[in-house]
Amino acid sequence: MISSSSVNSRNSVWKGLDWVTVLVYIVLALFGWINIYGACFTYEQSSMFSFDNPAGKQFVWIMSALVVGMIVLLIDERIYDIFGYWLYAAIIVVLLVTPVIATGTKGSLSWIAFGSVKLQPAEFAKFVTAIAVAKYMSRYGYSVRSWRDLVVPFCLIGLPMVIIMILQKETGSALVFAAFILVFYTQGMNRKVMRYGLLAIIAVVCILKLQIIPDKWIDSVFQPHQRARIEVALGIREDPMGYGYNVAQSLIAIGSGRFVGKGFHQGTQTQLEFVPEQHTDFIFCTVGEEWGFVGSFFVVALYVFLILRIIYIAQRQRDVFSQVYAYSVACILFFHFGINIGMVLGLVPVIGIPLPFFSYGGSSFLSFSLMLFILLRMDGSRINKMR
Amino acid sequence: MINQQYYKRGYIIGGAVVLIALVFVCRLFYLQVIDSSTKDKADGNALVRQTIYPSRGLIYDRNDSLIVFNQPVYDVMVIVREMRKGFDTLSFCNAMQLTRKDFEKRMQEICDRGHNRGYSPYVPQVFWSMLSKEEVAAVQEQLYHFAGVSVRKRTLRDYVYPSAAHIVGSVGEVNRQDLERDGYYTIGDYSGRDGIERQYEELLRGKKGVEVLMRDSKGRIQGSYHNGERDYPPQSGTDLQLTIDIRLQQMAEDLLQGKMGSAVAIEPKTGEVLAMVSVPSWDPHSLVGRQRSKNYSALLSDPHKPLMNRAVQAQYPPGSTFKPVQALIGLQTGAITPATLFPCSGPLSTPIKCTHNHGSPVSLEAAIEQSCNPYFWWVYRTILDQNGTKTATFHRTYDRWRDYVVSFGFAGRFDSDISNQATGSIPRAKTFSRIYGESGWRPMTIRSLSIGQGEILVTPLQLANEAACIANGGYYMTPHLVRPLPSMPAGSRHETDIDKKHFEVVQRGMARVMTNGTGRHYSIPELQMCGKTGTAENPHGKDHAIFIGFAPQDDPKIAVAVVVENAGFGATWACPVATMMMEKYLTDSVSRPDLYDRIRSAHFIQSDVQ
Repeated sequence: MISSSSVNSRNSVWKGLDWVTVLVYIVLALFGWINIYGACFTYEQSSMFSFDNPAGKQFVWIMSALVVGMIVLLIDERIYDIFGYWLYAAIIVVLLVTPVIATGTKGSLSWIAFGSVKLQPAEFAKFVTAIAVAKYMSRYGYSVRSWRDLVVPFCLIGLPMVIIMILQKETGSALVFAAFILVFYTQGMNRKVMRYGLLAIIAVVCILKLQIIPDKWIDSVFQPHQRARIEVALGIREDPMGYGYNVAQSLIAIGSGRFVGKGFHQGTQTQLEFVPEQHTDFIFCTVGEEWGFVGSFFVVALYVFLILRIIYIAQRQRDVFSQVYAYSVACILFFHFGINIGMVLGLVPVIGIPLPFFSYGGSSFLSFSLMLFILLRMDGSRINKMR
Repeated sequence: MINQQYYKRGYIIGGAVVLIALVFVCRLFYLQVIDSSTKDKADGNALVRQTIYPSRGLIYDRNDSLIVFNQPVYDVMVIVREMRKGFDTLSFCNAMQLTRKDFEKRMQEICDRGHNRGYSPYVPQVFWSMLSKEEVAAVQEQLYHFAGVSVRKRTLRDYVYPSAAHIVGSVGEVNRQDLERDGYYTIGDYSGRDGIERQYEELLRGKKGVEVLMRDSKGRIQGSYHNGERDYPPQSGTDLQLTIDIRLQQMAEDLLQGKMGSAVAIEPKTGEVLAMVSVPSWDPHSLVGRQRSKNYSALLSDPHKPLMNRAVQAQYPPGSTFKPVQALIGLQTGAITPATLFPCSGPLSTPIKCTHNHGSPVSLEAAIEQSCNPYFWWVYRTILDQNGTKTATFHRTYDRWRDYVVSFGFAGRFDSDISNQATGSIPRAKTFSRIYGESGWRPMTIRSLSIGQGEILVTPLQLANEAACIANGGYYMTPHLVRPLPSMPAGSRHETDIDKKHFEVVQRGMARVMTNGTGRHYSIPELQMCGKTGTAENPHGKDHAIFIGFAPQDDPKIAVAVVVENAGFGATWACPVATMMMEKYLTDSVSRPDLYDRIRSAHFIQSDVQ
C-alpha cells in the first residue's frame, strides 16, 4: 500500500510540479548571476563562466543546486516528516561545532571549509528548523492557541538562534528566525501574543534609542558595528563615512541608475567598488545602477510574485506539516526580501543577510534551493493525501 | 486536520508582502526618478578629471633663431599607502642622496593635510620636484625597486641664450590673484610672470586637455571613462616670433656688462624693437626649476635692481640728446630757420654756459654738431617768447611747445606689448604755476629744459623712438616686441607735429656730429651714421652717458639709444656702444675689436649704492 502510493506520487511529481515557481526561481537565479558578473567585472576581462570571478563560481552553484533540486524532487517527501527531529539534531550539532573549526573568513566564526568549498551551516539551519517546527505542530491535538504548546516550538526556533547569535556572532542570520512568528500567526496564534511581540520589538528600539540600558548589556548582544548600524538607521548617529558609508554609497548607486539604468557593466559605483559587499548583500545596488528603475521594479515584482505564489501553495496544502513548512518558506523569503532590499534602500539597519537566489554565495543559494525544492516536492504530491 | 478557520491569515501575510513591496517601489521611484542629486554624486565618486598640460608656445627671434623652448623635468612621486610595507628607507635615501632626516621631514610635509591639501595615501604625491633629465637618469633605475615610487614628467622653460631675460620674462607658479581673475588656472599651474611670457600668456599657454579617468573606492585609477568619449586633447600654445635680433641683443648685453644702463634699437620704418637691453640683468636659466624662488629673492634684494627693466622703467633727463627735438620745434614754430645764427661765449655764456670749444656765432647744423648749449637756450627762449610775454600767452605757448615734444612719444606709454613702461614726464604749465605761482615763472625759470635737463624725464625706449622719428623724417611706428600674428592689430603710425621738410637739416646736423662733432671718434663713415651725444646731470652721482643715433642716413635701418649710468661723457661711453650695435646690425661684424674689449671691460657699477 505504501509502496504503491509512493510509486503513484513519484509518477505524479512532475505532473503536479508547480512550474510557475520553478520558472520564477530560474529567472531570479539567472538575473542574479548576470548582476554578480556585473558587480565583479574587472578590467582584466574574464568570462562569466571563469572561476577567476564570483560569477563563474555562482554558475557552478546554480548548476549544482539544480541537480540537488532534481534529486530532492525524486525523494519521497515523507522522509522529512519521519527524520525531521534527527535532521534538526544534526544541524544543531554542526552549528555547535562550527565556531570551533571555523576557518575565520574576516574573523567570522560561521564558516566550515570542505577543501576549497566553504559552507555556512547557519543558512541550512533555517529550513531544517522549519521542518522540525512543522513536524511538532502537525502532532495530533496540537493547538497554537495554547501557551503550553508554544514552548517547544519556541525552543526549537530559539536554540539555533542563540547558537548563531552568541557562538557564531552572526546576528543577521539569527534574526531571520524571527520570521517564524508569522508562521504561528497563520496557524491561528492568539492576536494578543502578536501584539505583545510587536510591543516588545518597539520597546527594544526605544531602549536603544533612549539609551537607558547600560552599554555593557547592549554590547553583550550586539557587536559594536551592528549597534552602530542600528543607531545610524534609527537616526541616533550621523556617520556618513563610517557605518552609514555602505548605505550612502548604495543610495548613490541606485539613484544614479535613473529610469532605465546605465546599462550592463556601465555602473561606475558598482564597477569601482564604492559599495562594499557589492556582489553579496548589496547586489540589489547593481540592479538599481545598471538596470535602473525598470530593472529594480522587475526584481521586486518577481519576489512579490514568488512569495504570493508560495502563500497560495501553502493555502492549498492538505496537511498541517506541509502547510506549516510552506508558510515557513514564504515567511523566511519575505524576511530576507524585506530586510535585504530595505537595507539597500536605507530603510532598515544594515543587517548582513543575502537576497535569496540572487546574492553571490553557495551556502545561501544551495540552502534556499533545497528549501524551495522540498516544498515543491511536498506540493507536487499533495493530491495523494487525504483532506 | 487543517484548521480552515485561519485560511484568511495567509492573505494578510500576502497583503503585508505587497505593502512592503509598494514602499520599496515608492522609495525606488523617489531615488531613481525624482531625486536627481545622486547622478552627480556618483560621477564625483568615480570620475577623475586629469589635466593634460599643453606644451607652451616657443619663442623665436626675428631671424627664426629659437630663443625659448620647453625642457622635460621629472618629479619623483610617492604613493604613501604603498610605501608602508617594508619600505627600504635607507637604500631609498642613498639612491636619492638624502639624509634620513630630510626624508622623514619631507614625508611629514606630504602627509600633513594642513599644508598639502587634497592629500590621499592612495594618490601619487610629489616627493621631490623638478629633477633634470640627468639627475633622473642617475636614480631612475634604482627607483624601480621601491614600491610606490614613480617618476612623472613635466615641462619647464629652457633658453638657448643666457640673454634677453627682461624681454622674455619668466614663468612661475600662479598666485592667488591669478586664480581669482582667470578660471583657467588651478593651484600649481604655471603662467608667465613678466615680459613677453606674461604679455602673451593667453597665446603661449595653449589650452589644457582633459582626460576623464575612473577611480575605484580607494582612489586607484582604473582606466579611461567610456573609452575617452569625454576627453579632449590639449592644444599647444602659439609660437611667437620676436622682433628682436638675438645676436644684436647678445652683443649689446655683452658690451654693457659691468655697467648699469640700457640700450634700445628700433627699426624705424616698422617700430620693431631690434634689441632692448637692461643691465645688470640675469641669466634666464636661473629662474627656472627648483632654484627659482631662491634666485628670485636674490635678484629682488640686489641693490642694483637687476629685475628693473631700465630700458622702459628707468627715467633720465635726456640731456643734449633732446637738442634735435628742440631744433625741430624751433623750425616748425618759425622761431628759427636753418640759417639763424646765435652767439656763443663758451664758458662765459649766460644763463647757460657752453662746454664745447667752437666758433661763434653758430648756425643750427653747427650747433647740433658742437652741442652748443647757448644756441639751444636762444632757440627755446625764442619759441616761448614769440607769441608775446604776457603770462597767459606764455603759458599757452609753453603748453604748445610741450605738445610738440609729446608728439615724439615722450611723457606717455606706447600702446604695445612692451610691459612695465614708465611714462617719463614733462610738466604742464599749470604744474609750474602750482610750484612757482601763476606768474612766478618765466622762460628763465625753466631754462634747463632748453638743453634737456631739469624737469624732463625720459626712458631709453622713448629716446630710441626719438631717434626713429628723426630717421623717419616725421613719424614713428609704435615700438613693439612681437611680430604681429594675423589675429592681432598691426602697430599704428604716429605723426609728429613737425613738418617733414624740417627734418633734413637736423639729420644733416646729426650726421655732422658723427663726422666732425662729439661722436667723430667712434663713427664708421661708410655706414652714414647720424647721432647725438648727451651727458645727463645726475644729482646722485657721476653723470649718465647718453647717445641716440640712426644709420644709414639715406635709408635708416636702425635707430639706437644707449644710456650708461654714472659713466660720464655720452661721447666716450654711450656712443661707441651705439655705433658698434649699428655696425653689427648693418654688416654683422665688429671691425674694432680693441674698442669692443675696452668698452666691455669697463665697470661703472658704484659699490656704495643703497
